[in-house]
Amino acid sequence: MASKVTSAVMRQGLRVLGVAIRTEKAVFALAVLASAVYGGMTVASSWALGWATQHVLLPSFAQGRVASGALWTGVFLIIGTALLKAFGVAGRRILAGVMQYRMQARSRRDVTRQYLRLPLSWHHRHPTGQLLSNASADAEAAWAPLAPLPMAVGVVVMLVTAAIAMIFTDLVLAVVGFLIFPAIAVLNLVYQRRLSPLATRAQQLRAEVSEIAHESFDGALVVKTLGREDLETERFLRRAHELRDANIAVGRVRGLFDPMLEALPTIGVLAVLAVGALRLSGGSIVVGDLIQVAYLFTLLAFPIRALGWVLAELPRSVVGWERVQAVLEATGSMEYGSVDHGAATASSAPAALEVRGVSYRYGEAEVLHDVTFDVPAGRTVALVGPTGSGKSTLVQLLVRLVDPDAGQVLLDGVDLRELAYGGVAQSVALVPQQTFLFDDTVRGNIALGQESADEDVWDALRLAQADGFVARLSDGLGARVGERGATLSGGQRQRLALARAIVRRPRVLVLDDATSSVDPQVEARILYGLRDAAETSTVVVVAYRLATIALADEVVYLDHGRVVDRGTHEELLARCQGYRNLVTAYEREEAERAAIDVLAEDEEVLAGEEEGVSA
Amino acid sequence: MTAQSIQRDSGRSALDTIRHGLSLTPEFRKGLAGTLALAVVATVGKIIVPIAVQQTIDTGLKDGVPDLSYITSAVLVCAAAVVLTAIAGYVMNVRLYKATESSLATLRVRGFRHVHDLSVLTQNTERRGALVSRVTNDIDQISTFMQWGGLMVIVAFGQLFVATVLMFVYSWQLTLLVWACFIPLMIALPRFQRLLSRAYTVVRERTGDMLAAISESVVGAAVIRAYASERRTAERIGTAVNANRSAQVRAQTIVGFVFPLTEIVAAVAIAGIVLLGVRLGLSGEITQGELVAFLFLVTLFVSPLQTATEVLNEAQNAVAGWRRILGVLDTPPDVADPGEKGVELPRGPISVAFEDVHFSYPGGPPVLREVTLVIPPRSRVAVVGETGSGKTTFAKLLTRLMDPGSGRVTIDGHDLRHVRFSSLRERIVMVPQDGFLFDGTLEENVRYGKPSAAREEIELALTELGLADWLEGLPAGLDTPVGQRGESLSAGERQLVALARAYLADPDLLLLDEATSAVDPATEVRLARALEGVTRGRTAISIAHRLSTAENADEVLVFDAGRLVQRGPHADLVNEQGVYADLHASWISAAHS
Repeated sequence: MASKVTSAVMRQGLRVLGVAIRTEKAVFALAVLASAVYGGMTVASSWALGWATQHVLLPSFAQGRVASGALWTGVFLIIGTALLKAFGVAGRRILAGVMQYRMQARSRRDVTRQYLRLPLSWHHRHPTGQLLSNASADAEAAWAPLAPLPMAVGVVVMLVTAAIAMIFTDLVLAVVGFLIFPAIAVLNLVYQRRLSPLATRAQQLRAEVSEIAHESFDGALVVKTLGREDLETERFLRRAHELRDANIAVGRVRGLFDPMLEALPTIGVLAVLAVGALRLSGGSIVVGDLIQVAYLFTLLAFPIRALGWVLAELPRSVVGWERVQAVLEATGSMEYGSVDHGAATASSAPAALEVRGVSYRYGEAEVLHDVTFDVPAGRTVALVGPTGSGKSTLVQLLVRLVDPDAGQVLLDGVDLRELAYGGVAQSVALVPQQTFLFDDTVRGNIALGQESADEDVWDALRLAQADGFVARLSDGLGARVGERGATLSGGQRQRLALARAIVRRPRVLVLDDATSSVDPQVEARILYGLRDAAETSTVVVVAYRLATIALADEVVYLDHGRVVDRGTHEELLARCQGYRNLVTAYEREEAERAAIDVLAEDEEVLAGEEEGVSA
Repeated sequence: MTAQSIQRDSGRSALDTIRHGLSLTPEFRKGLAGTLALAVVATVGKIIVPIAVQQTIDTGLKDGVPDLSYITSAVLVCAAAVVLTAIAGYVMNVRLYKATESSLATLRVRGFRHVHDLSVLTQNTERRGALVSRVTNDIDQISTFMQWGGLMVIVAFGQLFVATVLMFVYSWQLTLLVWACFIPLMIALPRFQRLLSRAYTVVRERTGDMLAAISESVVGAAVIRAYASERRTAERIGTAVNANRSAQVRAQTIVGFVFPLTEIVAAVAIAGIVLLGVRLGLSGEITQGELVAFLFLVTLFVSPLQTATEVLNEAQNAVAGWRRILGVLDTPPDVADPGEKGVELPRGPISVAFEDVHFSYPGGPPVLREVTLVIPPRSRVAVVGETGSGKTTFAKLLTRLMDPGSGRVTIDGHDLRHVRFSSLRERIVMVPQDGFLFDGTLEENVRYGKPSAAREEIELALTELGLADWLEGLPAGLDTPVGQRGESLSAGERQLVALARAYLADPDLLLLDEATSAVDPATEVRLARALEGVTRGRTAISIAHRLSTAENADEVLVFDAGRLVQRGPHADLVNEQGVYADLHASWISAAHS
């Protein structure tokens, strides 16, 4: 595959390099300048050596005395060219790094800014792992060829200078060079092309080995409790052996080409000596010329490989760049209106929420169909329904994480889409089912950039029943909670998420099964506390537990994306069978069980009798 | 009990680490001498050019008239030597790759297995990612070093050695001069390496921070939008990305300065050779060919020293990698399988006994105290208590995920520590609260409970658990992919699969640790009823979070602050004054308030 599309990939790859060059014009120009100095001085240093041989070494042997002027000129030339060359190398390396890392950083910032801009529905369509690698591995791969690029440009300068130098020295020796150097370049190209797919495969397998280890260690409890260590080891071993074989395949290609690439310039030097001897006997060149060309071969052998490195990185770069570009070119964003809701009402009074004829679909499947209900200001409404009935989607619509395909969600009579950016967040606070904490302090996680006095934060924590464990943390509000809250239990994280919503004194509070990991006793305390404090809020709560539902003024019962019924808990119990089945499952079970137990006892009696018979 | 943590490193010296590491990788040592011999041959190829130049000038061009036949034969001999050394290089490379990759694959698998053999407690002393690194990155670091850096060390030493020998043959004075030029650089290199190593450490840390920041924008997408904190998040990411970039540029700058130093030193050496050489030539101590050959020999010093900082850096990383992987292998499993010597239990209903069991987590207060109890075979037991009362610890001791600090746990009269793991895991299965699933289809995940199960058997198991309707509602039935860690399913559905998996394993004792806590009430009730049917005749223990589980059990065990405070049927306990009556009251009020 890699070899078939090569010319297209090359063109595309060069276009990617062009983008980087245009973006970082100044840095690139300086890097190329430094690299050209390096390339020119590499050739110049071999010329200096040839000069010293011809004008210092040979005459002193021939004449038996040292010409001091020529000697010091030689020393000056050798050290001077080396200093300039060193300067060029340093400049080239540092500036190439600056360019590469700047481009990487730029891509990463652009991609993540795009992640933050694109609507949640876009996020739903893309797996997390892919988005993370777009911003990390792909952004890195896209600009990887920038590291050897200036050197490659310098090598081109070096080759042109060397060609001119050789032509001026001796045409016949130049022909040897014109045979050997392209041979090195072509061999290296073949090398990189053979290596590239093998290296990619090894890389892929390395990722897979890592994935298996990750998954297997994550599931350690399951592996242990079922005693499946052998099975897991077998699974890991298979992939580890594939990786081993892939790495050995890489080694074979390296092992074949590396010695050839080392041998070729040596063969070149030997050819120069043989041909040079002929030319010397004909008087066409002097010994210094011979030494100069031979030295040039020794110096050029390694840098010439840089051309291959750039070309080898191009396919990976193109793939990375295209993936980054796909994110940057993704369209669709939330449009915001201009109504400044908070300022318009200038109050923290509870707001009314209305859902009018709302439908929503994920791809083919319609998950909400013509949903209509309202939540009067200051009231508490429970959304109840079986798993998969559309509750969580409805919640996302209420806080405008997604927009409905049809219908409207209104806050105090204003369509959410007409509110200015931040308007919904100002009035409505969501506590989602899946808790998310930032790698930040407790205070930072609760305030989220908003100015909150410590007392307010503590008040919110108290209401969320989280003040106790936060007070016990070594740094209190200043304690870091670690990446995604890894240092806290599920219940503790949920309570912090709740405090985050409460501290904003939202006019509407939306709880999506937000206390599922909390002990029932603690949950009860939270809910009572909320009910007392919620006089300043309108509350929408998704729940299964009767205790939670009992706090609601009204229940909206959803099934298969439709509102089946709404009314008080008692009303629904009386007239809605689906609702009754769901919320009274446990009580009914107790009642039915009594009957089953009677039956079971009968069966046992019967079974006993049968055994008696057969015995 | 004193569960040990995984050793950060083996605490061995660098040399001892390598020696011990090599003793664990016989594939690497086998044939190593041959590989090294080939490496030496390959290295000799480097001095062919200086010798050829010297011979051409001193013998071939003697008296100013080229001796063409001598030069031709010299060139041909050298060319043959070049081909020979290239072949030696090829064979050496292939042997090296085979030996290192085979040995490291063995080490990788061994490390992986050892991690699984460590107790849950020991595993939890390290973050998952760090544990994974031990069998991935750490091994890769060793492999990079062995195949590149380690080889470079051999080549570099070989190159410097043969160059020096040849130089000495030509002129000892010039040899001393060259070494005098390079020795200060060699002394300074470890300093540069430390500088570079510190810079790379900063890069790694900054990269970690950056990845964490980036992941927030993806994983926290909903919360960020709900709280309109896009700008704040963008700033956090921007800061992390820029810090990472600065660290990378800094490391690159150090390399950029160190790398060309060698070029300058080499030029000084060459200038010195010219200066001193012509004088030595005048006194007849060196021929012109030998002097020119010196100019070529100096270039052999350049590449070893140019790469030395990176090689040193990699060597350090490789030793650190060895230390970390040995750190895992040197940690003995504290909950060990008695293996062949262990007791093999016959199938059939299981009885359990705890005899004065105590347990505390390392450095923590006691979580179980003086627990003594007997669970007769075929009984249905519910375990209740508040969070932190010791319920889950009880379950972990019963399944021997951990061993008690004192006292003993027995099944059918045998101390758990003497029961063979294969037998134990077959007969006692626990379903943990968090239903972890592997990336694959639903069928594959259920089959994990019994690898030999046919598809029909899996369907039957799900039907017996009353889950046929749920299965039908899934888009692809048994072939539904569950996603990474089962995340395509809801938390409740994951629990259903975990339960089916345990049920398929067909244990004699099934232990449920709040295994259906995330399932909706109607489904949970259906499941509870089905379970009751299928566990009839087995011992079943449920850690309960609901009243009805306790009500329907033969016996309820009530834990409070690490002690077993009450036991007996629900009907008796509910009328006693005590912890259970209080718990019962709070359940009732939560359900009916």
